[in-house]
Amino acid sequence: MCTYQTAKVALKGSGKGPAGWFPVSSATVYFDHPAHYSAEHSLNIDFLNLDGGALSRVAVELDPASARQLARTILETLEAAPQL
Amino acid sequence: MTDSLRAETVRLTGHGDEEIEAYVAQPLDEGRFGSVVVIHHMPGWDEGMKEITRKFAAHGYLAVCPNLYSREAPGASPDDAAAVVRALGGVPDDRLVGDVQGAARYLTSLASSNGRVATIGYCSGGRQSFLAACSLPLDAAVDCYGAFVVGTPPEGYTLKVGPIVHLAKDLSCPLLGLFGADDQYPSPQHVAELEEALQQAGKTYEFHSYDGAGHAFFATDRPSYRPEAAKDGWQRIWEFFDRYLRS
Repeated sequence: MCTYQTAKVALKGSGKGPAGWFPVSSATVYFDHPAHYSAEHSLNIDFLNLDGGALSRVAVELDPASARQLARTILETLEAAPQL
Repeated sequence: MTDSLRAETVRLTGHGDEEIEAYVAQPLDEGRFGSVVVIHHMPGWDEGMKEITRKFAAHGYLAVCPNLYSREAPGASPDDAAAVVRALGGVPDDRLVGDVQGAARYLTSLASSNGRVATIGYCSGGRQSFLAACSLPLDAAVDCYGAFVVGTPPEGYTLKVGPIVHLAKDLSCPLLGLFGADDQYPSPQHVAELEEALQQAGKTYEFHSYDGAGHAFFATDRPSYRPEAAKDGWQRIWEFFDRYLRS
């Protein structure tokens, strides 16, 4: 299937792409065809800065179980972090 | 089949008189040939799409695959360009039609053109091939598992794409549809709804759905590749184009 299932979230932070570090302004999260991971579908995240052009991108393509574990780990890490 | 062909990247005039990249392949044999506009899938203007473009030339057609992401990400790798376009909401329908028109014009202006033109598209390009065939005067069109010709994506999706089955009455040419029976987008129900719309509009069409195949069964570099479905699908394409694109 070609899901078109895509969500976009605004972010603050930095990412390191092929041209070096850049300010990340958004992430696109979608469950669709991967470009590289060997599966029919994967949970894909593109960390982007659309003002910086196509090279301002950090991409991951994850199998669904890995993506869920990553999401849980991010939340657990934030919960355990000192409150600043 | 011919072993003698030329393939290259060119620039052509697309929608809004804007210049876009395109990959062109053509047989070097003497004669006049039908033209095929290859509409790439959502992952972009990649090696697989260029390979398919060359395949059409090897089978005796002038073929062009316009880079639909030229404007947003000139010179970028296909996956980076696809990511940018996805984040921006996808390719607008009116721009797609203009780019296909420009690509068709490029081929039919060649001295070796016989003046006949078809479109073929895969995945999102399948929907766009149907859209082009409902918007432009064409001689044939092929929809390979295009999602959202029928059906509406849920609210809130970043990608702006809507159903276009209501355009069936405007279809300008015979339509070949190739689908996987295990696909969900488009599902067998979606395919049946499109078929019903074509019947009601009195259009010429030919649909084939393959058991044991899902989406992207033509894609040789993906786990979704289904050799038997792809072999039969290619045979259907050659017969269809032989009928409608030869002089």
